[in-house]
Amino acid sequence: MTMPTMSRRDFLQRAAAAVPLAGGAGRLWAAPASAPRLLVVFLRGAYDAASVLVPVGSDDYYAARPRIAIARPGSGPDAALALPDQSDWGLAPAWAGSMLPLYERGELAAIPFAGTHELSRSHFETQDHIELGQSDDPAAGRDFRSGFLNRLAEVLGARDAIALTSDLPLILRGAVKVPNLALGSVGRSGVDARQAALIRQMYADTPLAAPVNDGFDVRQAAQRELMGGMEAASRDAITARGFEGEARRIGRLMRERYRLGFVDVGGWDTHVGQGGGTGALATRVGELGNGLAALAQELGEAAWRDTVVVVLSEFGRTFRENGNRGTDHGHGSTYWVLGGAVRGGRVVGEQVAVRQATLFQNRDWPVLNEYRGVFAGLFQGMYGLSAAQLGRVFDGVTPQQLGLV
Amino acid sequence: MSQRRAFLTSAGSGALWLAGCSSGIRRSAARGLDPGDLSLLDRLTWGASAASADDWAARGRRAAVQTLLHPPAQAALPEPVQRAVDALSISQLAHPALVAEMETLRRGDDRQAYQQRLAAVAREAAVRSLLHALHSPHGLREQMVWFWFNHFNVGQTKANLRLLVGDYEQALRPHALGRFRDLLVASATHAAMLRYLDNEQNAAGRINENHARELLELHTLGVDGGYSQRDVQELARVLTGLGVNFSDTPAKVAPRLQPLYHREGFTEFHPGRHDLGDKTVLGQLVKGGRGWDEILAQLGALARHPSTARHVCRRLAVFLVADEPPPALVDRLSQRFLATDGDIAQTLETLVAAPEFTASLGRKFKDPVHYVLSALRLVADPQAPQLDMAPVMAALNRLGQPLFGRTTPDGYPLDASAWNGSGQMAARFEVARTFSRLPATPPRPAVAPDERLLRPLSERTRAVLAQATTPQDRHALLLSSPEFMLR
Repeated sequence: MTMPTMSRRDFLQRAAAAVPLAGGAGRLWAAPASAPRLLVVFLRGAYDAASVLVPVGSDDYYAARPRIAIARPGSGPDAALALPDQSDWGLAPAWAGSMLPLYERGELAAIPFAGTHELSRSHFETQDHIELGQSDDPAAGRDFRSGFLNRLAEVLGARDAIALTSDLPLILRGAVKVPNLALGSVGRSGVDARQAALIRQMYADTPLAAPVNDGFDVRQAAQRELMGGMEAASRDAITARGFEGEARRIGRLMRERYRLGFVDVGGWDTHVGQGGGTGALATRVGELGNGLAALAQELGEAAWRDTVVVVLSEFGRTFRENGNRGTDHGHGSTYWVLGGAVRGGRVVGEQVAVRQATLFQNRDWPVLNEYRGVFAGLFQGMYGLSAAQLGRVFDGVTPQQLGLV
Repeated sequence: MSQRRAFLTSAGSGALWLAGCSSGIRRSAARGLDPGDLSLLDRLTWGASAASADDWAARGRRAAVQTLLHPPAQAALPEPVQRAVDALSISQLAHPALVAEMETLRRGDDRQAYQQRLAAVAREAAVRSLLHALHSPHGLREQMVWFWFNHFNVGQTKANLRLLVGDYEQALRPHALGRFRDLLVASATHAAMLRYLDNEQNAAGRINENHARELLELHTLGVDGGYSQRDVQELARVLTGLGVNFSDTPAKVAPRLQPLYHREGFTEFHPGRHDLGDKTVLGQLVKGGRGWDEILAQLGALARHPSTARHVCRRLAVFLVADEPPPALVDRLSQRFLATDGDIAQTLETLVAAPEFTASLGRKFKDPVHYVLSALRLVADPQAPQLDMAPVMAALNRLGQPLFGRTTPDGYPLDASAWNGSGQMAARFEVARTFSRLPATPPRPAVAPDERLLRPLSERTRAVLAQATTPQDRHALLLSSPEFMLR
């Protein structure tokens, strides 16, 4: 059920080598090729965590959601999946063929009651807040030019970070110039080498020189790798549609070239008719699970062993269903951590019994595992960061030790 | 070549003050515009075009700016453009009739036909909007129509919104330079918004607070505007019963509530679903039982709130001045907004006259819609206007900012950092190349831009342009230049 200890030791040894010994801020060092890979998957729109990590042990859950709760394991075809050694939690049935096997192999962990203490319940405000990863103190002010994955890239001296999005998200904006690439658009470029050289020349010494040069470099490389791969092995050509297709491309690019990635997946704001074990939300959850499983497959066994994927969302949703068989903006969510060497097969972090009485503001799941502490603990384990280095990513945050890597 | 030299010579005169327009500024021979005029035209419209530059030259700067701020109610589109608009099926069938036809189709068996028709209607709505954006002489209004749609954004992917987005835009259009309160009412009571933010599901005892929250956070006060979760819930109660009805039959209402029933187009206020009790929003008692009037009064109160003035004026300044507009400017705009009961044209008058505005000209990074439209306006031929909007829509899709395509209610971001990443830049150069090969209309050869419409180019850019091998190559490089990324 758990990974052989050998591979986990390998992982940690590589981790120790990942951080440059003398990397001053802003200096770019190529991280050793053996540094762990990290992919952050942001579910934009606040997915209903209770419909994925299902509190099957809670009578209050079933009472609060008479029409959209996912039934207890064993009670029918659309019932929640039982998790080994768990009576409190079950898994969305839409993950039967994808994430359940990962959990059973010990490569997937859930962190319920995770999130931020930010309380606007606004998607946009909270997403920005999380991506910036800065102080919760409103008086501290915010630097809207510095996202926390960018600060991590800076500390790691990593040049091989990428946003797999059509435009650069806040989380990767900052001192390190990170390229972005929408994987739907990697076609043949019409701009030839001569024109590219002339365009680079026009932008030399302008503030846009870096993105312009990166844009040409990244597209060329991505085309080479994705096209080359498809020709070499047409049987596993990337043809799947939707998130699964995208996830396969991400897997291939991260196997070959990138070690720090970010992608976002939208469509989770289920105010109306979200469904239960089947339905609109279950379909979306299923696509996500299939995509993540495909990513692991595309990375291949060796690369998957030193890859960590974190799935998060801005906040959870109301504990009770609303008048429209949906849920409204809530607070605590469930984060997921997966990877070949992750100590998974567990539901980790601070927890309370899921009951009416333990709700936050009598409405939502509480946040007991603050996202910066969770990420800080993970980064410490993955990269062996010192306290000072962690402080540059998350100022004044105590890492939460969940023993995930 | 000689025309270009004339332009470059005139580029040396730098005074951009509106007050300086009457004398002392050299004009290039043909279009009569100096860099200051061109900068204003690039900022106050979707980009300088031959027609807009000629019009500007004929009126002079002061009158040209006044006309942009206070355009006539009806857009006078060039005749071929108007004909193209009239030929659209959405122009030939009144919207209610179109909706009725679509409802019949929806209830039928042919799902595919329904979906295809929905897609066609949305496409036509985008075509109509883009034809206006490219060819209307009232460039500021066109920008503001886009701005307000984005401010009160609805995404067309949900339910049958593809049928409604065009009508929604038409509902906002007359108020684009009018009063904010009218924009707010047009948005908050339109079927597109009521469906998009689920208010049609919001009923007494079964509160759905989605619309109420975005009304406060995005449309009026702003996230820091001083409201609480309680205010969201109370506003949601005010909005209960406000929904949509696409049928000819009014909802059944109990006789005692019948006087409160109200219907406007597809918007229906159903008093039986409304919470008739008193509410308290932002510390003010909202007397219950008034129904539709209560909702209008509440929207009016939100429109007049000082936080709304600040939030809306800041957004206007981000759109028309700078990503981080000077707080002093936002203050002055807010004062003007409050003093004029939210008059947008008068607020923009203050904005255009501000030294901060003048200082910002030519420095704002174009978002994709500005980039694409300005590139096409640069080659727009008044005698043979481009009527095929397919390449325009393809380019906007490619750059991630299709019309009506933002799925989240916050609208597209207005600042540079959202749009100047490496992926975006690479994609823009591909779009530039595609545009350089576009014929104006199919039988015509590819067109080259009139470079007198461009603000001054740097020496480095000119040196690179000199290496172009063909007119198309030069065109593509011009559209790829650092200068053309700015407005």
